[in-house]
Amino acid sequence: MTSRLQQAFHALRETGRRGVIPYITAGDPDLATTYELIVAMARGGATAIEVGVPFSDPAADGPVIQRACERALARGVKLNDVIEVAGRAVKATGVPIVLFSYLNPLLRLGLDRVAQHAADAGLAGVLVTDLPAESAQGFSQALQRRGLDLVSLVAPTSTEQRIALISRHATGFLYAISVTGVTGTRQQLSADAGALLDRIHRVTDLPVAVGFGISTAEQAREAWAQGADAVIVGSAIVRKIEEFGAQAPVEVERFVRELLASQAVEA
Amino acid sequence: MKDEALLESLLTASGDGYFGNYGGRFVAETLIEPLEELTAAFTEARRDPDFQRELSGLLAEFSGRPTPLYYAERLSEFAGGARILLKREDLGHTGSHKINNALGQVLLARRMGKRRIIAETGAGQHGVATATVCARFGLECIVYMGAEDMKRQALNVFRMQLMGAEVRGVEAGSKTLKDAINEALRDWVTNVRETYYLLGSALGPHPYPTMVREFQRVIGDEARRQVFAREGRLPDAVVACVGGGSNAIGAFTAFLDDKDVRLIGVEAGGRGESLGDHAARFHGGVPGVLQGTYSYVLQDDDGQIAATHSVSAGLDYASVGPEHAHLRELGRAEYVSADDAEALEAFDLLSRREGIIPALESAHAVSYAVKLAKELGKDGLMIVNLSGRGDKDVDTVAKLKAGTR
Repeated sequence: MTSRLQQAFHALRETGRRGVIPYITAGDPDLATTYELIVAMARGGATAIEVGVPFSDPAADGPVIQRACERALARGVKLNDVIEVAGRAVKATGVPIVLFSYLNPLLRLGLDRVAQHAADAGLAGVLVTDLPAESAQGFSQALQRRGLDLVSLVAPTSTEQRIALISRHATGFLYAISVTGVTGTRQQLSADAGALLDRIHRVTDLPVAVGFGISTAEQAREAWAQGADAVIVGSAIVRKIEEFGAQAPVEVERFVRELLASQAVEA
Repeated sequence: MKDEALLESLLTASGDGYFGNYGGRFVAETLIEPLEELTAAFTEARRDPDFQRELSGLLAEFSGRPTPLYYAERLSEFAGGARILLKREDLGHTGSHKINNALGQVLLARRMGKRRIIAETGAGQHGVATATVCARFGLECIVYMGAEDMKRQALNVFRMQLMGAEVRGVEAGSKTLKDAINEALRDWVTNVRETYYLLGSALGPHPYPTMVREFQRVIGDEARRQVFAREGRLPDAVVACVGGGSNAIGAFTAFLDDKDVRLIGVEAGGRGESLGDHAARFHGGVPGVLQGTYSYVLQDDDGQIAATHSVSAGLDYASVGPEHAHLRELGRAEYVSADDAEALEAFDLLSRREGIIPALESAHAVSYAVKLAKELGKDGLMIVNLSGRGDKDVDTVAKLKAGTR
C-alpha cells in the first residue's frame, strides 16, 4: 500500500518539482484560524502540512515556537482538538497532514489510541521529536497498519550507522535537521545541510525534506539544489501568525506560493 | 497492540539506561550521538585507575572528604526516639553534595576535550559547584537558572558570578529548575560539538542518571563504613530529600543490598495537595517522559507538565530520577513528603538544637526524621543525609518569617 506521503513525494518527483512543507502550532492563535491556515496553505500548494501539538516544555524548539505553544495552551487546546481540526481540514482539502508532537502528550492519551484517532481523522503521518528510532518500532508498526507513516528525523550528528538504521525503518519521508540547534530562522542555510543530504542520499532513495532554520526562498532554493525533495518551513510561518493573527491565512498562503514559485527561477 | 503493549515496546526496545521500566533516552535525534559519546567516555573513565585517583584526590583535598557522620544528640533528644546521625554533606566544599558530581563530570569533560561547560541550577547549589570546578580548571562556564530561582537564591547567583561563571536567567514557563533544564538542553543541542552539559541531578537521558549516581554514591559508601566504625551496626533507616534525587540515590546506593535498612526519600509537599501546589511526584504524578527520561511526572490529563511549588528551589521539579521510580516499584525504597511548613519548622529546629543551619531541601529530610525517630523507638538508629547548608536560604526564611508575623 502506498501511503499518502509517499504519493505526494512521488508526484513531486514525477513532475520534477520540489515541495514546501509548512509547520504551524495548532491552536495559535485559535483553532478556527488553524483550520483556515491549513486550508490556505493547501490552496497555496503545500506538499504536506505539519500540524504541531502544543507542549508545555518544547525543549527542541526556539523562542518563536515556544511562544506559539504558550498561546495555544493558554487557550486550553488539547491533543484531541488538534487531531479533530486537522481531520476537518483534510476532508476539506485532501492535503497530507503530519501530526507533530513531543512524546508525553501522546503517551498520556496512549500510543495505540493516538494511531487510531489519527487514522480516523484521515491524517497521513506522525512525527515525534523526542522518540529516537531505537524505541519507535512498535509505534511505527501501529501507524503503518493503519496506512500512516512515522516520519523519522536525521541530524548532522547522526553517524553513518544511525542514518542507515533510521532509513531502514523509515517510511514516508526523512526529515533532515539542517543544523545542530533548535527550531528558528537563521541567516543562512547551514553548511551541515549539504553534507547531511549527501550522506543520506548515499544510503537511501527515500524522499528527504530539510528543516530547521529555513525561512527564505533563497535558502529553499539552496536546499533544493542540494537534493532536498522539499523544505520544511516552521518558525518563519509561525512568526507571521504571531504578527497577523486571524489575518495570517492570507499572508501565509502568499508566502507558501512565493517559496514554491522561486524554483521556477532556477528552471 | 493496545496502549500498554505499545508503551512496553517503546521502553524495552533499547536495553541501555533503564531501571526496570524507567529511564531511557527520549531526546531529539541530534543529541543521540553526543549521549553515546558521553556514555563511552564515562564507561572508559570509570575503569581507568588514573581517573579514579585524580577524582579521589580532588574529593579529599579540594572538597574535604570524607564528610563526618555526626551524632545529632540534642535533635535526637527532642525527637524522643531513635538516635539520628547526620551525614554532613553541608561541610563539603561549596556547602552541598553537588560538588561530588561536579568534580567527577568536569574531569570527564576535560578528558573529552570540551572547554565550554553549561549547567542548569535550581537552588543554585549545583550552579555554584559547577562554577567552582570550572574556575579550578580554567573552563568557560554558563549556568541557566530560572528567573524566579534567581530571586530566591540571590546569594548563590553572586557566588557563581564571583567565580567567573555567566548566569543566564530563564524567563520561560514557571521560571524554575525545569525551565532551566529546557534552556540548557537548547544550548547543548546548538553548541553540542564543543560543549559539555554538566547535568546536576540523577535525571535526564541515559547516561546521566547512572553517571550522577556513581559520582554521588561516595556519600553512602562513606556513611556505611562510618556507621559500622561508630556503632558497629547498620542503621534502621537512611533518610534523604528527593528533588531530582541525586543526594538520595548517592546516600541509598551503598545500602541497597542491606535489606533491613529502610531507604526513605522525602519529597516536597509544598503548600497543598492540588496539582501545582507541591512537588510530590509519587503522590500525584503518573509515569511519563520529561527531559529525556521516563519516570513519574506531575502532569495534567492532556500530558502537559504541571507547575510545581516548594519553598525549596532544589526540590521544586515536576519529575524525579528514574532509579527512584524503580526502587519504589520494587518496594526497596519508600517515598514520603514534608510540606513547606514542616520544612521551615525543621530548619529552625536544627538551627536551634544543633547549631547547624540546613538547606531548606535538607530540612525536608530532617522533618521526616523527627517523625520516624518516634516510630523506630529508643533502640533505633538512622542516618539523615544533610545534603547542604542553609546560608543560601537565610534571606528566604527571614522574608517568610516577616510575612507571617
